Amino acid sequence: MSVTVLLPGVLRPKAGGQASVEVDVADLATLGQVLDALAARYPDLNRRLRDETRALRRYVNFYVNGEECRYLGGAETPIEAGAEIQVIPSVAGG
Amino acid sequence: MSQAATRGPAQKVLLAIGTRKGLFLATGSGADWEVTGPHHPMTDVYAVAIDTRRETPRILAAVTSEHWGPSVAVSDDLGATWSEPEHAPVAFPADTGAALARVWQFAPGSVDEPDVVYAGVEPSALFRSEDGGRTYELVRGLWDHPHRERWVPGFGGMAVHSVLPHPREPDRITVAMSTGGVYVSSDGGASFTASNEGIKAYFLPDPYPEFGQCVHKIAQHPDRPDRFFAQNHHGVYRSDDGARTWKSIADGLPSDFGFPMVVHPHLPDTIYTFPLVADGMRFPPEGRCRVYRSDDAGSTWTALSDGLPEGGFWTAVMRDAMCADDADQAGVYFGSRSGEVYAGRDGGEHWSQVAAHLPDVLSMRAAVI
Repeated sequence: MSVTVLLPGVLRPKAGGQASVEVDVADLATLGQVLDALAARYPDLNRRLRDETRALRRYVNFYVNGEECRYLGGAETPIEAGAEIQVIPSVAGG
Repeated sequence: MSQAATRGPAQKVLLAIGTRKGLFLATGSGADWEVTGPHHPMTDVYAVAIDTRRETPRILAAVTSEHWGPSVAVSDDLGATWSEPEHAPVAFPADTGAALARVWQFAPGSVDEPDVVYAGVEPSALFRSEDGGRTYELVRGLWDHPHRERWVPGFGGMAVHSVLPHPREPDRITVAMSTGGVYVSSDGGASFTASNEGIKAYFLPDPYPEFGQCVHKIAQHPDRPDRFFAQNHHGVYRSDDGARTWKSIADGLPSDFGFPMVVHPHLPDTIYTFPLVADGMRFPPEGRCRVYRSDDAGSTWTALSDGLPEGGFWTAVMRDAMCADDADQAGVYFGSRSGEVYAGRDGGEHWSQVAAHLPDVLSMRAAVI
């Protein structure tokens, strides 16, 4: 199945300048598996989104069809075909 | 200091200033500086290095974004352009289950290993690069140490913040961490031994434990590699036996609390620190901005204040926010959490401001370019 990952402007250079990336994954994939597929193509993007344990970075939000993944299942959130995953940096810092 | 009498033409110096919100680069000498930046804005730069072992010095900057995590940026053109690898340059192997928080220290290896660079990191670990600091591998000897599970974070985190490769014997590496203390390897990092005898840990039931001390910074002069100086979390020490035992050199200082410890590049007996009142009062005594220098390896101390704020300096100097350059007439530098940077000439007898109103200064290194 195919899903779409939308990237904020600051991360687009890490994905060849694309604002949106189509990712092909197996049916019943999780958010983590979508990010694994993304990582295989764009390792420099991946390390900005997750640490080396594959944990989602604390101040990066992943909205799955408009709902932040931490209110769903985090990296284990099931992803459906055609889903839109929007990456948005949270408000942080001073 | 005898330097003033032999002063020659000023050499051009690059001063790298790592702050809470990016890297600033100052170029100049004496009292005349041009500052650029922020480079890598909105990243905290806990560690910076200027590796002078290559024709054009290489700048290494530990850049950590609150959002996008830690990385290492490298410049081979004095900061005009930067590169970062696609894959994380410093990453814990999967079997450790650990994740890098940030790099706290870079240390170019011995002169015989021009592409070796060490990185001390949070959580407490040592990494080694063999490609000039672009990518790193975990040094297992320290990570696998049986003491590791009893190293605990201090207020600022739990990190290896000091790394001192022996200048001529690559197998000898000395590190320090907070908390944990000083550890020494004589087999290239395959194993490490705690080396804290004489360093006090007043906050533990046994004030002189084998390990667990909160050493803030250690320093070494390349001409005297068996002698070390330490600024501790209360306590200032010297070791004359390769870090095996330590003796207090705090007499003559207004306080034994502080963070930095710097050795003069040409004078092995000359050291600098910046005392703060106490753990519970982290300001310079009376709010006076004063660097303290010893010219006899810590037996006596002199307050240096000419050109520095005489009062109202209610800030602090962090462990890596003081450094010296390698000029013939060496300069000494420090930056404050209030974003002021000062350059000292004539061994620190006279100071002038390089920059002000920067973000909190976290790390500084300087070298002739």
